[in-house]
Amino acid sequence: MRSFQQRLSDFNARGFRVVAISVDAPEVNRQHCQKLGFTYPFLSDAKAEVIQRYDLLHKGGGPNGADIARPAEFLIDSTGTVCWANLTESVFVRARPEQVLKVINGLKLVASEAG
Amino acid sequence: MKRHWNILLWAGFFLVLAGLLTYIPIFALFPITRDFPWANLLLFAAGGVLLFAGLRRAFRQSELYRGRIFGPILAVLSVLGVGMFAYGLFYMGRQLPASATAPRPGQKAPDFSLPDQNGKLVTLSELLSSPPGGSTSTKPNGVLLIFYRGYW
Repeated sequence: MRSFQQRLSDFNARGFRVVAISVDAPEVNRQHCQKLGFTYPFLSDAKAEVIQRYDLLHKGGGPNGADIARPAEFLIDSTGTVCWANLTESVFVRARPEQVLKVINGLKLVASEAG
Repeated sequence: MKRHWNILLWAGFFLVLAGLLTYIPIFALFPITRDFPWANLLLFAAGGVLLFAGLRRAFRQSELYRGRIFGPILAVLSVLGVGMFAYGLFYMGRQLPASATAPRPGQKAPDFSLPDQNGKLVTLSELLSSPPGGSTSTKPNGVLLIFYRGYW
């Protein structure tokens, strides 16, 4: 999360937004973003409906057996199509911004050609 | 004759303890030491060498060094601690759902409408309809969605 904030301008310069999703309440996200200086959207999926739609529900993975999202990253193009997905095998290993920027640089993007 | 304090045992135990306590607050913050905990494993290895040397002299030169009782206790605690660390990192951390039907490249990303940290509703189609600030293009190129476990 921190590393993506640090490279946020690199994503934005390429026309990509960064968005985070978890089961945390908006209030928790607000405090968290304030404390750590996150400026991109942190979305709250408290009922884990979107998380289930993306088949990312980790049943009982949270505190006191709460259902949470497993870590995962998706790159979605302007047509709404997934162009890259990363489903980690370990909660300690996440996608790095450099890795995703490399994927973006390799994509053939209509809009960036115009810009 | 008064026997010496067996500093190797304590230094070794301290290093193992440091290895156990530094992963979450320090090394997990940096991808290079988080993805594989080599910094912590190095601390464990160094602690193990010192503990071994301390135990050896506690038993071989027991007339000179102390530690025949607390040496094995520190060693057992260290082994248990490292065992739990390895279990958490290499076993528990990998107990993730299969996510067999998660969207794959080439498939449409399911749309959503969720509140952000300010309570404002955000939809995927809306995010894809305008370029982010700082972009050089007039059209958006896309969105990186990061699902995470949460901070609760």
